[in-house]
Amino acid sequence: MKALKSIRISPPLAALLLAIGLFLLGGILRPGFVSYNQAINIVRLAAFLGIIAAGQTLVILSGNAGIDLSVGAVVTLGAILVFRHVDGQNSRVIPALGVALAVGSGIGFVNGLGITFLGIPPLVMTLGMAGVVQGLILVVTQGQMMGDPAPIMSRLISEPLIFDIPGVVIIWLILGGLMWLLLHRTRYGKQLFAIGVNRKTSRFSGVRVPLMVLATYTLSGLLAALGGFMVLGFTGSVFLNLGDRYLFPSIAAVVIGGTVLAGGSGSYYGTMSGALVLTLITSLLTAVQLPEAARLIVLGAILLVLLTIYGRQRRLRQ
Amino acid sequence: MNDIRLKRLSLRHPYLFALFLLITALGVNLYVQPNLFSQRVLSGNMRIFLPLMFLSAGQAIVVVGGGIDLSMGAMVSMVNAILVTLITRESGTSDIVTGILAALGAGMVAGLANGLSVAYVRLQPIVTTYATSFIFSGIALWILPRPGGLLPSGMTELYRATPLGLPLALWIALLIGLVWVGARRTRYARFLFAVGGEPESAYATGVPVSLMRLSTYVIAGLLSSLSALALTLNTGTGDPRIGEAMTLTSIVAVVLGGTRLSGGQGGIIGTLMGVVVLGTIRNIISFANVPTWWQTLVDALIIVGALAGPGLIRLIRGGSEEA
Repeated sequence: MKALKSIRISPPLAALLLAIGLFLLGGILRPGFVSYNQAINIVRLAAFLGIIAAGQTLVILSGNAGIDLSVGAVVTLGAILVFRHVDGQNSRVIPALGVALAVGSGIGFVNGLGITFLGIPPLVMTLGMAGVVQGLILVVTQGQMMGDPAPIMSRLISEPLIFDIPGVVIIWLILGGLMWLLLHRTRYGKQLFAIGVNRKTSRFSGVRVPLMVLATYTLSGLLAALGGFMVLGFTGSVFLNLGDRYLFPSIAAVVIGGTVLAGGSGSYYGTMSGALVLTLITSLLTAVQLPEAARLIVLGAILLVLLTIYGRQRRLRQ
Repeated sequence: MNDIRLKRLSLRHPYLFALFLLITALGVNLYVQPNLFSQRVLSGNMRIFLPLMFLSAGQAIVVVGGGIDLSMGAMVSMVNAILVTLITRESGTSDIVTGILAALGAGMVAGLANGLSVAYVRLQPIVTTYATSFIFSGIALWILPRPGGLLPSGMTELYRATPLGLPLALWIALLIGLVWVGARRTRYARFLFAVGGEPESAYATGVPVSLMRLSTYVIAGLLSSLSALALTLNTGTGDPRIGEAMTLTSIVAVVLGGTRLSGGQGGIIGTLMGVVVLGTIRNIISFANVPTWWQTLVDALIIVGALAGPGLIRLIRGGSEEA
């Protein structure tokens, strides 16, 4: 029994193997699905989810029922802010990105304030903020989507950059490296895992828990806004619920990647494989051209199977 | 001294802050809409509140038991689709009874699927019920690909009835509250609070933890069906996506009502107040002539403010925060 347990592969690796398996399955179901271009296309789609799920990973790692339900709305707001400020001019991209990131961080910071100092549960605090952000979007835009993305954005984000690889994938890989450094080579990372496991003991050992939580939700807002910038570079246009479809997948990607929802254990490379798996499943279901009803049912069933494979919690009698 | 008494009072009656919110919200609503308590307005409001009351009551039971159910809105959509498919304009009594029984059964089966996954396969409630919500939404779309269907007018008229001068929906809401007050004295409720608060010690003292968890999801499924029934009686028609937005609102109502998401505490009385508060805020915004584009923002800001209330009070009084 013990030997059996020790050869269990880690969730991130399992997710990656699953992604490759799904890709090959796609080739069987749909000849022509397996190709370099299709692979690039799927990784590109996964990159957007992966970037948005980066903040979610940090928040979930921080424990205490940490979750960020405002990322969808912040993605939309980030995209809309860039859309309006850039107004088709390459020279305005950097300042517009700055504005979006600042606003995203601000929203995350407010989330952090409510959670640490007012004791509002993360789920409802971030849900409430999602409503506020949606309200802000309506007030700012009055339903009119004025603006234009800059040509350089789609050039750098969605079009092939090096070896036919789109910029967003390269940015995602760089982000992956940065996240690894942040989680495993900095004091922030060490303390994040610590507060995820147990807030009380980490406070006694000198971790400034409120500061950590504030920083984590701020980072989540920042990364969601960055995700909005990226998504805009891909879609080239904005609409009122642009980011909503990334919200729950961002949580699912984290969980499929082996990060425990209770916090304190997990990784960003797990989330990256989780994002790949989710994107592959969705692409596959689109490729086999099922009607929407069947697609939803199959997607739900696959998610359940995935969770059963490695999302199980320990028994009470242990 | 005073501080400790306040703390104890709020622990024993978690809905105290909700009661304060309720009175404030109703007061403001009455000010901007003087005929709020006229039979017609009261009946209209209650018909709108009741579906969310059923749904939030179910959510509250799951939350008290230490879980959460993100599939409740999808269950509402599914049951709504079933109802308008089985019951048509021309349906007789037996068809209507069959339709309603099928609807209640479908919700309970859906809840059973959630409960088995969470309690026995031991999956995390948030992601599990998120996954099953896809299945239920898919079934709703499969049964009813596009909005449509029409209930017999007798049924929708019944929902508008005002027995003994009060709207039927209000009587039903009171009944939900009464059932909860009665149920609180039972062994089931004691087990429920134990399972949500301290699952390990509950298990050690012989409480059937898994069975209790399973039961909360089945009850939530049944209440989702009742929510869908009330919703369908109110609209008289079907829409395969009608419940989508209700899931997260039900969680907000539960929290506004003083139930902690960590489980083991709270209940349905506060939750019902939470639903009325949410609905009343909407009323106030539309009657206070808030410009259309500002309504969502104002609504959300008030809700966040209400959520922040208990924490703000604690902060101002200098109480220690929970780590």
